[in-house]
This record gives sequence, C-alpha cells and structure tokens, in this order.
Amino acid sequence: MIEGARWRRWVSFYLPLGMFVVVLLFPFYWMMITTVRPDGELYRPWNAANYSPFWTNYPTLEHITLLLEETLFTTWLWNTMIISLASTAISLACGVFAGYALSRLKFRYAGALGTGIFVTYLVPQTLLFIPLADTIRNFHLGDTPWALILTYPTFLIPFCTWLMMGYFKAIPKELEECARIDGATRFEAMVYIILPVAVPGVLSAGIFAFTLSWNEFIYALVFMSSSEQKTVPVGVVSELVRGDVFYWGPLMAGALLGSIPVAVVYSFFVEHYVAGLTGSVKG
Amino acid sequence: MVTAVASVTLRTTHPKASLLDNERWLAFFLLAPTAVLLGLFIAYPFFEGIWLSLTNARVGVPGEFVGLRNFQKVWNDSIFRTAVWNTVWYTFITTVVKLALGLWLAQLLNRHFKGKAFIRAFVLLPFIIPTVLSTFAWKWMFDPTFSVLNYLLYKLGIISTRVNWLGDPDLAFFSIIVVNVWRGVPFYAISLLAGLQTINPELQEAAAIDGASAWQRFLHITWPLLLPVTMVVTLFSVVQTFADFQLVYVLTGGGPANATHLFATYAYQIGVGTGLLSEGAAISLAIFPALFVVVLLQLLYIRRVENR
Repeated sequence: MIEGARWRRWVSFYLPLGMFVVVLLFPFYWMMITTVRPDGELYRPWNAANYSPFWTNYPTLEHITLLLEETLFTTWLWNTMIISLASTAISLACGVFAGYALSRLKFRYAGALGTGIFVTYLVPQTLLFIPLADTIRNFHLGDTPWALILTYPTFLIPFCTWLMMGYFKAIPKELEECARIDGATRFEAMVYIILPVAVPGVLSAGIFAFTLSWNEFIYALVFMSSSEQKTVPVGVVSELVRGDVFYWGPLMAGALLGSIPVAVVYSFFVEHYVAGLTGSVKG
Repeated sequence: MVTAVASVTLRTTHPKASLLDNERWLAFFLLAPTAVLLGLFIAYPFFEGIWLSLTNARVGVPGEFVGLRNFQKVWNDSIFRTAVWNTVWYTFITTVVKLALGLWLAQLLNRHFKGKAFIRAFVLLPFIIPTVLSTFAWKWMFDPTFSVLNYLLYKLGIISTRVNWLGDPDLAFFSIIVVNVWRGVPFYAISLLAGLQTINPELQEAAAIDGASAWQRFLHITWPLLLPVTMVVTLFSVVQTFADFQLVYVLTGGGPANATHLFATYAYQIGVGTGLLSEGAAISLAIFPALFVVVLLQLLYIRRVENR
C-alpha cells in the first residue's frame, strides 16, 4: 500500500472512516439513549436551556417495563422468532435441493428453470401483496402464522437456491463420483457427501434468510390483523402509535429489543453473513 | 464419512433407490417443493393480480370485468403521477449517492488497520437491523419539536430556526432519501469490498510507480475491474429501492398531502387503506413494466461486461 505523510493519512483515512462509523451508528445510539431516558427529559424542546440530549443522569427502565407488561411485545417477539425460524428452515431445505438439482443434475429445461428462479429473485414483495392477500384469504390462512411461514419462502428460496448453486458448483465432481463407485445412490451421495462439504454455504444462506424474515414488513402488515398474531415490526408500528400520538420511549424500547435477536445472531455469524451477502450478488 | 458411505452401500438394492438414481426423477423430486411454493405464492397471485386489475373488485366484493378502466383511472390520477416521478427520482438519486459513498467506504475498509473486522461488522448494522425499527429511530430524530438533528445543526450554527423535516413536501422527500442512503450504503460498501479484495494490489503498485495519481489509479484500474460486481450490486439495489415501502410508510405515510408516495405506498393506500382492491392491484402492477425494463437493461449490460 502506498503511504502518505501522517497528517494525510488522518485526513484521507481516519477522518472519513470515523464520520462513516458515527453517522451509520448514531441512530442506534439514539435508540438506546431514548429507551432509558425518563419522559420528563425526553419531551423537552431542542432549543431549551441546558438541554443535553446525548446523555442522561436519570436512566430509567419505565419504558421497557411498560413495553413488556402493557403491550403484547413478548408475544410479537415469539411470533417473529417462530415464523423466521420456520420459513428459514423451509427455504433452506428447498434451496439446497433446488440448488443441487440445478447445478449438478442434467435434465431438460435446467437452464430455463435456473433463469426462472433468478427472475423470481428479482420480484419485489410489494408487487404482489394485494393479490397475494386475496390468495391467502382463499386458502383460509389469513391471520395465522402459516400465512407468513408459507409466503416468506417465496423471496427466500430464490436467494438460497442461488447461493447454494454457487457452493455446489465449487465442489469437485470427483468427490461425488467416488461415493457413487462405492455404491451410494445419487441422493445418498448428495446427503452424505456433498451436503457436509457445503455446510458453510448452508449457514450463510440460513443466517441471511433469518435476518430477511425478521425484517419483512409488508406481508405481515397486510396478512395479520389481530394483535396476538403480529410480528415485532408490525406490532411496534401499529400498537405503539395511537392516532397521532407517538409513545417514543416504549417505541424506541421496542425497536431496541426487537433488533437485539437479529443483532445477536448476526454477531455470532458475521463472517457467514458477509459471505452470504457477497455470494448473493455474485452474478 | 467412511462409515456413512459403508452403511449406505447396503441399501442400494431398494427399489426406491433406483428411482432416485435416475437423474430426471431425482431432479423432479428435488425441484418439486420449490416449484409448488413459488407457483402457489408467486405465479398464481401474479396472474390473479392481472385479473383483479381488470375488474372492479373491492374487499369482500368479487367484482366484474371492466377492461382497462382501472389503468385509465390511475393514469389520470395526479397522485399516481406524483408517485411515479417520486419513485423514479428516489431510485435514481439514492442509487447514485449510495454507489458513490459505498465505493468510498469500501476503499477505506480495504486498507489495513487495527480493528478492521470489528469496524466492518458494526458498519453493516444499518442493513441488518429491521428497517421499520431503525426508521422509527430516524422518525424520532426528525421530530418537529424534539429533533436532535435540529439541535446539532443549531449548535453548529448551520440553522437558526427549527427545520420541520417531515412537514414540508421537499424536505420530507429529502429526509426519505437520507434514510434510504443511510440504510443502503453498508450493503454497497461490503459487497464492493468483496469485489475490491479480488483485485491484485500489484496492479495499483505498478501504476503508482509509473506515476499514476490516486484518482487515475481508481479510474483506470479499480473502476473497470470492479464494474461487473458494481453492476450486480446496483441491479439488486435498484429493484429493492424501486419497490420500497417500509421507509416511506413509517416516515411520512406518503404525506404531507400525498407528496411523497412511491408506487408501493400508494398501492397500499388505495388497495388496503380504502379497500379498492382492483385499483390497488393496477397500481402495483404498474411497477412491473418499469421494473422489467430496468432489470432487462442491466442484465444485458452485465452480460456484455462479462463477455468482454
């Protein structure tokens, strides 16, 4: 790497990087500080005398207690967890199978099917939510977790398939052929030989799919109507805002607590997540 | 592994095994679950959406065939037109800004420094935290009375009176763009960083020895080599931005006075808010041709770049 003078390194490197980090993380800091700040301090105009927005000397847990005791937040968390895990599991199974078939097996229309899956990869949820709501009603799935468990895979499977195709293609064919010579069927060779080698890919796809399901909003907003069935994003939006009144303390507490599960999963698997992210945009 | 292979060899005489041994049948079984799910919840609703948009259905009322009347109505709707222009500008501006800032951040992260992995992990947070939840933090930061941004800008001497971030149509649109950029830059940066890491640093060094400036090195080495990755990242980002919903829904709900609607939020307002299913379906279907053209152009371009 080419190095300049020390001050130049500060101006061209540390300063911009520091700015990026501060701006990108500030909203989360703001979320945290609002969560523990008492209402009296929260609702003071920004130009009031000795207004110190970045710190509080009287941290309180009242917003969190209110959120946990007087709303269905824990139910929403539980719903989101179940729905995310189930739809991720379904998508992984489908994606691994489909990815294997499309990258390893020879059959007619393989190319066309691959393109078809890539095209659905690019179909945004907002294109279909109105007719899909009708479909969900016709299948009597409305207001049940199944409405989301079965529809989330539609945007997760194409991604998982795409990622797994990449991983399977990188595994040498000989590995499989050895197993076949030893008498394993194709299916067995896939399950016992290829799949274990592709575990990093499965993990990446899984982590990525999990965060995407946790983030999903419009389907959950349209398909779920009763409070007990809502997911965290929808619950926070619809139950903590009454008309024009925003309960900022509990709202930010909800945003914070609702983000923690994804953040924890992410922090354990950062490398896999990044691999999934970059794998997903490999043409 | 060895024991697994040994144990499976015993079972190969099973009749089912021979069916699974046939490549075509195996492919069929492996692809069936995906085909069923995508068929039921993407292909079927897609055609149902086309049908809906040609009827006068409302919530609970099946509706009758009315031809292209919904599209005609939508075409003459001034709010729809605003939404179309908003979507186009929103996508264009945010994409350019996200690409520029993302490239910059990727270049910074491509250097060697202490705590690199740590910083990279933190930088991605805006992208992984559920959008609705982080957008609420922004909405609170944009609050007309209690805005911390106003406080900061006032203390820095940039403003003298309060700025009503979400109350004025132009400012609200600007605010939405800011939040979208904030959320999207990490995605660009981390994806482009992966591309940057595949570029041989010796190329840079050779050019530097030959006297190329940092900008020349970027323009003639980094940018062309990164172009394939850039194109794919942009493709995904454009599709997501074009169809964005959450951000606008939370920040402005399309307001003030319907000035900040995008395709998706307006489709929601008409189709779900007022229950005019058919018109809502027509609006969200109107995304499709535009999206199709954008995706097609980009795919063709990517193919050209890759074949070069």
